[in-house]
Amino acid sequence: MDNDLRREIILDNYQDPMNRGLVEDSDYLKVNTNSESCIDNLDFMMKIDNNIIQDIRFDGEACAISTSASSIMIRSLIGKSVDEAKEILKNYKNMIDEKEYDSDILGELNVYDEICKQPNRKNCALLPSRAMDKLLGELEGYGK
Amino acid sequence: MNREDFPMLEQNIVYFDNGATTLKPKCVTDSIVRYMTQHTSNIHRGDYDAAVITNTLYDGTRNVVADFVNCDPNEVIFTSGTTMSINQVVFGFMKSHLKRGDVVLLTKSEHASNILPWVKLKEQVGIEIQYMDLDEDYSLSVESVEKSITEKTKVISIAHVTNVIGDVRDVEAIGKICKDKHIYFCVDGAQSVPHMKEDFKKSNIDFLSFSGHKMCGPTGIGVLVGRYELLQEMEPLCYGGGMNNFFEADASYELKDVPVRFEAGTPPIAEVIGLREAILYLQKIGMDKIHKHEVELKKYLLSKLENISNIEIYNKNSDSGILAFNVKNVFAQDTSVYLNHYRVFVRAGNHCAKILKDEIGIKNTVRCSMYFYNTKEDIDKMVEALEKSEDIFKVVL
Repeated sequence: MDNDLRREIILDNYQDPMNRGLVEDSDYLKVNTNSESCIDNLDFMMKIDNNIIQDIRFDGEACAISTSASSIMIRSLIGKSVDEAKEILKNYKNMIDEKEYDSDILGELNVYDEICKQPNRKNCALLPSRAMDKLLGELEGYGK
Repeated sequence: MNREDFPMLEQNIVYFDNGATTLKPKCVTDSIVRYMTQHTSNIHRGDYDAAVITNTLYDGTRNVVADFVNCDPNEVIFTSGTTMSINQVVFGFMKSHLKRGDVVLLTKSEHASNILPWVKLKEQVGIEIQYMDLDEDYSLSVESVEKSITEKTKVISIAHVTNVIGDVRDVEAIGKICKDKHIYFCVDGAQSVPHMKEDFKKSNIDFLSFSGHKMCGPTGIGVLVGRYELLQEMEPLCYGGGMNNFFEADASYELKDVPVRFEAGTPPIAEVIGLREAILYLQKIGMDKIHKHEVELKKYLLSKLENISNIEIYNKNSDSGILAFNVKNVFAQDTSVYLNHYRVFVRAGNHCAKILKDEIGIKNTVRCSMYFYNTKEDIDKMVEALEKSEDIFKVVL
């Protein structure tokens, strides 16, 4: 991907992120990422209905990479089934960790395909995927 | 000054993260390597030549510390660092000396290690924690301390220099008040002992904690200095070898005297030897000279930053080498990643002072913390990068 385009997509999503702002609704599952690092502090909430992700929202303070990755990931996951979402998350984490992955299903998330060149930012890119893992894990917990 | 003593500076970096840890001069690393390659031995049990060398260095370090902060050598306890020192005081002394309703005075700009142990003690004993008011520039005045004291106040526990604002508290005046009112005075010296003259006796301090790695020494070693009478009433948190005179099958035992009874097990010998060398090194430079240099650097940095409109500074007034700032509308971590691109090493975050946000209204800052080996040229390099920071996202993304 062209570097300017990559930067533009990341910056757009940082400065005007998708679904920023939480809602008061008990149908949402919630998670906070404060414990993941000393500095980023994002809250995520997800609404799932009939095994389909209906909505994801987030809010808080974080760096450009974490914030933009949250925005792009939210856009990628809304409307997907839980299994489809898990597949996207798996491939996204593999991409960040420099393992084999399927770039076709990642769409705009491919903008982070070179984040491994900045090892100190890998955790920033992984922050939203960890939050999504927790939310989906929580869902399974409810089902048991 | 003394830049040639620091091998890491040969990498052409600007190191401004001294509040987190400092660089190590060659004399310190050499002393550790010598211990590990020429006189490796445990302490207190060996009769062979290497053990005598090690023993002399280890035990002698108490005298070096005592001379450095003006206390008696038997008031010096080696710990793993400031955090362990404060925990030893809170759970080894305060737990048995405070009761429900007793008040401990802190401030909201303290480091986590001077808040969380007290919070835990509140759970265990029912003490009350009160935060003294800070002035408009987030410093703590002696008046605020006086105004906060009531009959219930039993402890004042504060940093001499705070780690984000960098304000220097008047510990001598506060120590005098504590002495007159029979209040235990605990000082977190993590950010002061490395940078200025600390005087345990003159300031009437009861417990002083500091770390080796923030003063040119190795990690894993710190000091708790405690008033001797109080140390005799303090319980060790660790039991084992090296700290007992005897123990028998009938569960009778006798502990060694203060301070050795607080150092169970094989201590961090290499680290103590490194700390010794670090203190001797700092003394040779002179603590007053170090402090003066840092204050001058901060003034210079402030004068340069005044010309950049998009920089927000949180602690203009404090007399130390610490500056907390943000580039307007840029998350602190993005700024530190940006500065790293120019090989300027700073720290971004809340710097473990997690309730300071209640005071300054912002959670995360970029912290530039300077030491004697920093120069005006270092500052110029950072300022030059900050001047170009409108293209910050071109660099960091």
